[in-house]
Amino acid sequence: MNIIVLSLIVLGIIGCSAAVILFLVARKFNVQEDPRIDLVEQALPGANCGGCGFSGCRNFAEACVKADVLDNLRCPVGGTPTMSEVGNILGLTTEISEPMIAVVRCSGSCEKRPHVNTYNGAKNCAIANSLYSGETGCSFGCLGFGDCVTVCQFDAIHINMETGLPEVDDDKCTACGACVKACPKSIIELRKKGPKNRRIFVGCVNKDKGGIARKACTVACIGCGKCVKECSFDAITIENNLAYIDFTKCRLCRKCVAVCPTGAIHETNFPPRKEDVQVSVPEAETVKIEDLSK
Amino acid sequence: MKTFKIGGVHPQANKLSAGQRIQQVALPTQAVILLDQHLGAPATPIVAIGDSVKVGQLIAAPTGFMSANVHSSVSGTVTKIDTVTDAWGRHSPAITIDVEADHWLESIDRTPEINRICRLSKEEIIKKIQNAGIVGLGGACFPTHIKLMPPPGKIAEVLIVNAVECEPYLTCDHQLMMEHGEEIFIGISILMKALAVQKTLIGIENNKKDVIDYFQRLANRHFGIEVVPLKMCYPQGGEKQLIDALIGRQVPSGALPIEVGAVVQNVATTFAVYEAVQKNKPLIERVMTVTGKEVKNPGNFLIRFGTPLMAAVEMAGGIPENTGKIIGGGPMMGRAYMNTDVPASKRTSGLLFMPEQDSLREEPQNCIRCGKCISACPMGLEPYLLTNLSERGLYNDLEKNGIMDCIECGCCLFSCPSHRPLLDYVRQGKATVGGIIRARNAKK
Repeated sequence: MNIIVLSLIVLGIIGCSAAVILFLVARKFNVQEDPRIDLVEQALPGANCGGCGFSGCRNFAEACVKADVLDNLRCPVGGTPTMSEVGNILGLTTEISEPMIAVVRCSGSCEKRPHVNTYNGAKNCAIANSLYSGETGCSFGCLGFGDCVTVCQFDAIHINMETGLPEVDDDKCTACGACVKACPKSIIELRKKGPKNRRIFVGCVNKDKGGIARKACTVACIGCGKCVKECSFDAITIENNLAYIDFTKCRLCRKCVAVCPTGAIHETNFPPRKEDVQVSVPEAETVKIEDLSK
Repeated sequence: MKTFKIGGVHPQANKLSAGQRIQQVALPTQAVILLDQHLGAPATPIVAIGDSVKVGQLIAAPTGFMSANVHSSVSGTVTKIDTVTDAWGRHSPAITIDVEADHWLESIDRTPEINRICRLSKEEIIKKIQNAGIVGLGGACFPTHIKLMPPPGKIAEVLIVNAVECEPYLTCDHQLMMEHGEEIFIGISILMKALAVQKTLIGIENNKKDVIDYFQRLANRHFGIEVVPLKMCYPQGGEKQLIDALIGRQVPSGALPIEVGAVVQNVATTFAVYEAVQKNKPLIERVMTVTGKEVKNPGNFLIRFGTPLMAAVEMAGGIPENTGKIIGGGPMMGRAYMNTDVPASKRTSGLLFMPEQDSLREEPQNCIRCGKCISACPMGLEPYLLTNLSERGLYNDLEKNGIMDCIECGCCLFSCPSHRPLLDYVRQGKATVGGIIRARNAKK
């Protein structure tokens, strides 16, 4: 009996003193944390994807709470609704920005961009790119080993086995930008998602002269400049034999798509053209490559 | 017999072109001289389109500290200063010259006499080497004059001449040594003077008995030069391995050989030094090997930079029919070419034609944790671990596990029974970690 009482007393004393020590330590090392950090964190999507440039949602929340203006802070996954909620919590105003999406700017599928050699090494874009320009004649195009697929945390990008090119799922893509960073060829770009997911972009990043580009890939941008002349909004520029459509200026009129001789300009999710507006699309074969290479 | 202490593999030597006399490749009608022929920044052109140039004339000056001069290897008119597609499908800056006759600069001594006496001072020798655009001809193309100027506080004690040629198939250095032994010894004496060292060790792998005998006879006539036969083992010719084998010192991680008092020069570089200092001839040509099991006449060719490689290949009997892979350099460290329409450069040590059946990699299997890659690694690293970390993008751990020490020799890949792409991932990891370290140092 004595032993039981004794052990109860000893344990009781140890327990009490430990509680006192823990209480004092907790008081001494108490970290005052802004309660708004938790609130902001709850408002964020919680994917910890790193698209904002911070290592996770909590770090981003801390940065938001510390910041005086939210101009340079943006959660690409949550977009404007999430950011306005964060702004409400913190009493700050947020910029209203259009939702973005990752766009693959290469259309050189297996048939359009024939293989000229066979790569035999590790199936990884970064490794293949460090060794040489790729299996096709185009040294700018997609390598197709799927580094973008590996880094995507939202299961939004997949390689289409028929074309050998990655395809972005409009509904799943959050524009976190992980694939943009992973692509060693810098083919993927974040562009405006557009009304009803309608977008127009140049599906090529080849900076070679027209003749060389066209020889390597039938749907390459040859830098002919027809789209620049056609565009009424000054949205298209040509640099290094490559056209680029500025998505902030583009009004989605689709005139450039119709005049592109190689079909390098893509339109997505548009309804079929009406008969009367249709412009005759010149056949790709009619372009004289020799003229353009000069 | 001496060798390095850890790791190493024994690939088949396949020295098919051994003993073939060096043949001169004819001048091309058009020479394409690459500006990126060395480690560091590509040189900047100093000629304009329409200029007429002579053989040995400086056509491009170094860009920054880590760069080298580029000279014209032909005489004629500059027709283009543009980019050309290199052997790996990338764009590389180059000067194109239409060849007219073969006019050399008057200052270059083209007589066959061997000029034995060098009365130049240390500084004058280094200046001459720098002006001649000499780079290490072993493969890395490190500008030689930088190696000859040790950083303050470091003193060179011994010059090591790398005559190992441990890469299978390649024989260009072997043949150069047989044909120009005397010049090489003069070149070594010049380098000894430039470095103010009293001792030189020439490391030669034991499969080149004829060179060892010949060089030992020559060494008896030269003070302070010793020939050391080495056991056959790949990568005996790696800088750090060679220092370990010859003087038993280990270069610390991240340091240069000068840290242990050694300067290593390739044997072909010493010949180039002789020509530059004694004959005023800049680096405009080199010996390369064209070889392969199915090549009709594997051989060694003296080729001017800018000459299409196909000219040498034609002399060796053309591209064999069932070629599966064309490799620039040796089979262990060389890189496959996707384009053979390229000119020779300071980097071109050889061209190897692998038959289809030998060239394909086997399907990679899972790692069976046998540890062969660890025993094979001459740097004492754990390639299986580095591969896994690199695959997962754990760059901090890669750095901790010494990835920057990797010399990319390929022993791990060669020894792996599961045919895992070890070197591919390790090399990728090394490049990324190197970038991270550079960025960190730049911030400081």
